[in-house]
Parts: sequence; structure tokens; C-alpha cells
Amino acid sequence: MDFTEIKERAISKWRAMQASPKPKIFIGTGTCGNAAGAEAVLDTLRQELAKNGLAADIVQVGCIGLCFAEPLVEIVKPGRPSVFYGNLTPEIMAEIVRDYLAGDNPRPDLALGTRGEGTIEGIPRLFDLPVLKPQVRIAVRNCGNIDPADIDHYIANDGYSGLARALKMTPQAVIDEIKKSGLRGRGGAGFSTGMKWQFAHDARGDQKYIICNADEGDPGAFMNRALLEGDPHAVLEGMLIGAYAIGASEGYIYCRAEYPLAIAHLKVAIEQMEKYGLLGHNIMGSDFSFHLHIKEGAGAFVCGEETALMASIEGSRGMPRPRPPFPANQGLWGKPTNINNVESWAHASIIMQKGANWWASHGTEKSKGTKTFSLVGKVNRTGLIEVPMGITLREIIYGIGGGIVGGKKFKAVQTGGPSGGCLPESFLDSPVDYESLAAAGSIVGSGGMVVMDEDNCMVDVAHYFLTFTQLESCGKCIQCRWGTRQMLDILEDIVAGRGRPGDIELLQELGQAVKDGSLCALGGTAPNPVLTTIRYFRDEYEAHINEKRCPAGTCKALVNYYIDAEKCAGCGICLRACPAEAIRGGKRLVHVIDQAKCIKCGTCLEVCPAKFSAVARVSGEPIKAPAEPIPVAGKA
Amino acid sequence: MAEAKQAERTASPTSEEEIAAKVDRVLRAFKGEKSELIPILQQVQQALGYLPEAAMCQVARFTGVPECTVYGVATFYAQFKFVPVGRNIVKVCRGTGCYVRGAPRLLDELEKLLCIKDGQTTPDMEYTLETVACFGSCALAPVVVVNDRVYGRMTPDKVKALVGRKAGQ
Repeated sequence: MDFTEIKERAISKWRAMQASPKPKIFIGTGTCGNAAGAEAVLDTLRQELAKNGLAADIVQVGCIGLCFAEPLVEIVKPGRPSVFYGNLTPEIMAEIVRDYLAGDNPRPDLALGTRGEGTIEGIPRLFDLPVLKPQVRIAVRNCGNIDPADIDHYIANDGYSGLARALKMTPQAVIDEIKKSGLRGRGGAGFSTGMKWQFAHDARGDQKYIICNADEGDPGAFMNRALLEGDPHAVLEGMLIGAYAIGASEGYIYCRAEYPLAIAHLKVAIEQMEKYGLLGHNIMGSDFSFHLHIKEGAGAFVCGEETALMASIEGSRGMPRPRPPFPANQGLWGKPTNINNVESWAHASIIMQKGANWWASHGTEKSKGTKTFSLVGKVNRTGLIEVPMGITLREIIYGIGGGIVGGKKFKAVQTGGPSGGCLPESFLDSPVDYESLAAAGSIVGSGGMVVMDEDNCMVDVAHYFLTFTQLESCGKCIQCRWGTRQMLDILEDIVAGRGRPGDIELLQELGQAVKDGSLCALGGTAPNPVLTTIRYFRDEYEAHINEKRCPAGTCKALVNYYIDAEKCAGCGICLRACPAEAIRGGKRLVHVIDQAKCIKCGTCLEVCPAKFSAVARVSGEPIKAPAEPIPVAGKA
Repeated sequence: MAEAKQAERTASPTSEEEIAAKVDRVLRAFKGEKSELIPILQQVQQALGYLPEAAMCQVARFTGVPECTVYGVATFYAQFKFVPVGRNIVKVCRGTGCYVRGAPRLLDELEKLLCIKDGQTTPDMEYTLETVACFGSCALAPVVVVNDRVYGRMTPDKVKALVGRKAGQ
């Protein structure tokens, strides 16, 4: 079938859906939505519609990025702006069906915001909310708006028009367009995508490959998952454009196995592309032919490194090899190969759809365009965000993220996952771009952004990341294999209260050695979380080592719990809750924690009623509690 | 939107014949090329719950890859397991988002509740407890996954209710 015909049909199908007199209900059933309980909400929605004898179109969409408000639905009634409802439970869903679908009360008290023409009194416009206003949705343009399992939805929204345009140009002209956009790799390194394509284009070979790196291994990051679940065709169109530009006839998507829904959506998408002749021979009537395969990862962080990833596709242990030769010349099975990250491919498709100039109008001089981040940790509004490069960390954390949970004090933001660093408050007004974050000792990375507050111990965080990288080191380079182990041993001593003077300097020396002596980026960046926390939070290391004190009160070996004799009412709640049976006391007797038995789980602190708040956690301070249970104050 | 396939789990088979028959069934869909090694091992594990030695030898014969290489590849990747697993697999995310929001306490709670450590299986083969690097549901941290179903915004109490209810089935 001719693509013009396919497109016309898709558009008329999309318009018919828009014009339908039936209400439309979009429900987010990505992994985030489901984890928050979207399936139960969807069941209730269907039951309530049937019970009230209502007809409506239900469309299951991907994540719009407001994960903090999941489960989320958008209800469109003809002639009205659509209304978003968040934090749904089956009970609230039933109320909304009754009041707004059976009745005509949009329930402003439950609504998050509206979208589209017109207003509804009492409900703000969704994209005017602080969480969305600073965002520019380019890579995730369709996420939450279209059914990711229906290729017609994508095509009706300009989908594959970028490919159509590219196929009318020469491969070199396509590469020039990408170069002109200034797109830099969104996987972490920030290398020019156009240059990369040029190298692979110029390389000689009878067979060339392209790869989509969807092995999103950074803990705390889910940009690629959300994109593949919510709009797989945006990525696949980018891959087709790249394949045409460099002259590849075969491609692979290497997706981690922890993302079953993303893989399911990719499989559906590929079937539909085959049906429409967008894969296979003579795509869109051109000379261009292309085949695509999905490879599931098997759980190895190092496979995010391009040479390790290719070894894994070939069926071997995922171990990196020295470069050069670069994959552009000798990649998969020794053939020229171009490998880009999920988000880079999604940007490539829209650059070809809307032009390099339009795309480059966002961002800064050296870091063009937009970048997605997964904003998580101790912020009020967690979620997937997309912002122009150059926005400040403060705008992201306090504007979009709504500040720190419980009004606590901000301590650090971790960017770039295990390869990145922890930045303190003094960097909140720094712009987020490749150069600024690198100058601060961190990286943009693939887009993980984890916010930490005063309750997070930075030595513990460094210990956490090193535990991860030490475990994930493939073992090829000795500096990485044993250097990370040695660094971890030292950190273990520090958090356990066995730190010695000189440990900080030793960590710095070892960190440098690991960086210098490792072949790939895993070892080359593994010391970063340790080195940046030493650089910005040295006082916390010193408190652990010299005073055996954990200022955040996180490191178990360095904290004690005790019950304040003046506040304890002798209610017995903590005594019953203590899993170690370390609390003694009796009716109307002040309870006492036996420090020798205490496992420092913090259960007593949690269960002690707020009106008493008698349990105290201290580090490096004396315990002010009686040795034996005594009568409660004033009751003697 | 397509549904992710929910793994149906039964206890791992123990008899040699049963293992060989299940591996045979998996191998029928493959050509026997080296590049298929990881997908083959993944499907064998899907069928058996783990990779017994006999199954890995069978895969080696089928692909022509030396047994030691098959073992080397299998042990490289965190996904592969070499001891039988329980009927229910409980995974605690140890991603950064989950870590800073209290995942270690969920693991403590589960270890206490099931009387096993991370990576172990209860003697009645009912539960296997695992940790996973990151599920990518960080905005709903901390998360626990039970048999491929993701539960977000977990607390030690919710974990107790979740596993307790499962145990009562």
C-alpha cells in the first residue's frame, strides 16, 4: 500500500475518533501506572460504564510523565476541554463516572487540570501547572496522547513523515541535517550524532548495522522505558532514518529484560510496520530495504557500553574491548555499525519531521534541544520530565519537582547514575548542559536525577553506588576489578565506624587509578560518586572517620536509639513492635532499649505515637535514658 | 495497549527426562547458531525456572558452543540462575530511587518474613527472594515485584500484607 494512502486513512481514523460523540477516556497503563494500580482502576471504569449504560472509547496510553499522580485518566467529552484526574482509586473512578460521565459535574475537587480549547471553572489548565509549564515535550511528544499499540495513531500525528522526507534526500543530506541540528548522543557521552552517522556512512563494508541501545542500566533512570512503552514508533522511525543515512540493511534493538512491557510494545510496533511495508524490501517504494530484530538483555550493566553490548548480541559474555577500531569501522560481527541511545533515535525522527532549525531553537549554544530526565528520590513530584538544555537544577527540583518531600532540607542531587556525581546546594542555579555538569564533576548521563535530602548520608550513597559498580564490573581490567573492591572495602569500614585517618586520601588515589587504568566507561567513571561526594561533602566523611558519627543518622553502626524518659507514656506500642525484643518496660513504666540487643531497625521511632515522640535517634551523642524501666513522669 | 506476558510459574522440574524434554521443546524454535545462545538460555530458564547442568550441556551440543563457554556466558549475566527457584519470585528493587526511599528496609522485612536471605528459596519451594538492579519504576519508589507484577510505593507493612496474602492462597 502506498504511504500517502496509509497516512490519509490514519488521519481520517484519528479525526473520526476526535469527532466521535462518545466520550473518550485515556488511561495511563505504562509500568508506572500499573504499579500504582491502574489495572484495578481500569476494571472499575469498565464495570461502572456498563452499570450506567454508558458508551465510551477507552484508550490505553503510555506515561505522560506525571508518575507522582498515577493512576491517571484523561476524560474527553465533546465540546469541552479534556479533564485529567490523578491519584485514582477504584472508588474515586466510580465517583467520576457517576458524576461526570453519567452526570455533567466535572468534579473540580478531584481534577488535576484541563487540556484543549475552552476552560472549566475551578480547574486549572494542565500545562500551566508548575510541573508542566517549564517542560518542552519533543522526544516524548506522543507519550500519553496516543495508543502506542496502534501505528495509525502515530502516523496521524506526523509519524513517519520524517522518514518519507529522508527517503527523498540523499543519505549525505540526511546526515547534514542531523549535524545541523547539533544533536548530541542522549545516552550519556554527548558525542555528536551527525558525526557518528558520518563515520559509519564513510566506512567501507558490504553489510552495515545499526543498533538501538535500550539497555537502560543506570539505577534510578527510566526515560527509555517510558519512551519505548509510550511511543515506540518515534524510536523506530529514527532508526529507519539512521539506517538509510549510513546504508545499513539490518538493525537491532537491545532492550533490557527488566522492561517486559517495552519489549511487548516494540514487538507489536514491528508487526504493524511490516504490515504497512515500513520494514522489509523497498520501503515506501524506494530502494531502501531494512530488517529489524529485538534482542533481550540478560542483566549486565556493562552491556550499556557499546562494544560489550555488541559482544552480547553475538552471544558472548558482555565484555568491552579496546577502541579503536571503533564500531563505525568494525562493530557487530566486524562490520561497520552505528549505535545510538533510544532517546537519540526519537530526536532524530522529529528532526527529520520538523527540520533541524526548529529543533535547534531549543537549548543552549553547545547543548541543543531538549533532554528527558527521570526525576526521582526525595522530591514531591516524581516523574519523567523533558526540559530544554540550559534549565537550572533549581527550576527542575523546586519548580517541576515541587521541592523536597516533607519540607525537608535539600542536600544533593545525583545526576548520571553510577557514572555521575552528587552535586550540593551551591550548584542549584547551574544550568543543566553537558559542559556545566562536567565542570562540576558530574555528567548529564542518560538522564537519571535522584534528589537527596538531609536524611541521606552521602558516605552511604557513595557506598551504595560503589557496591553496584563493583558488582557489575565485568572483571576484565584489574584496576576496575580490584580497585573498586578495594575502594568498597574502605567505604565499608568508614560506614561501619572503622574508618582511619588517611582513608579519604587513599580513596582519592585509588579512584584516580581506577579511572586511568580501565578500558571502558564503567571503570572510567565508577569512582565519580565517591570522588564528588568527597569533594562536596568531605565534612561527612570526616565525621564518620574522626568522630564515629553519621550526621544524617543513616549508617546503622553509628547510630543509637533511646527512649526519652520525660516523654515516654509507657504505652507499650514500641515494646510490642520491636522485632529484636530489645525493649523492656511495663504498664506506666518508662520503656528502655537494651543497646546490646538493639538491631537499629528504627521500628520504635516509627511506631511511637506522634503525641509522645519519645524515641530519639542519635549519632555520636550520649544516650540520655535510665538504665532500668522507671515509673512514667508524674505517675510515681 | 498490549499486555506484558505474565510468566506462569510452576515448581522447577527435577527428573532428568522431564528436563531434557522441556529443553528439547525450547530448542525446536532455534537454528543452533552461536548468536542464539543467550535467547536460548533465556527460554530454557523460562521453561525450567533455572539452568540445570544437564540443560546447559544439551544447549552446548545443539549450538556447537563448548560447554565451558555456555557456562561462562550463563554465569556472566545476572538473569541466569543455577539452582531451582520457588513458585513465587519476590524481587526487591535496589535502584537508586528505591534505595533513597527505603528499599533496604523492605528487603530486611522480607528476609525476616520468609526466613531466607537475598538469592535464597524457602524450603517448601514457595518463595524465592531476589534483588534486581532497577525496574525503572523509580517514580513510584520503593517497588517490589512479585511474579512480574510491579507494586509501587511500598512500605514494610504493605510488603507484609502482600506476601502474607500470597502465602495464604
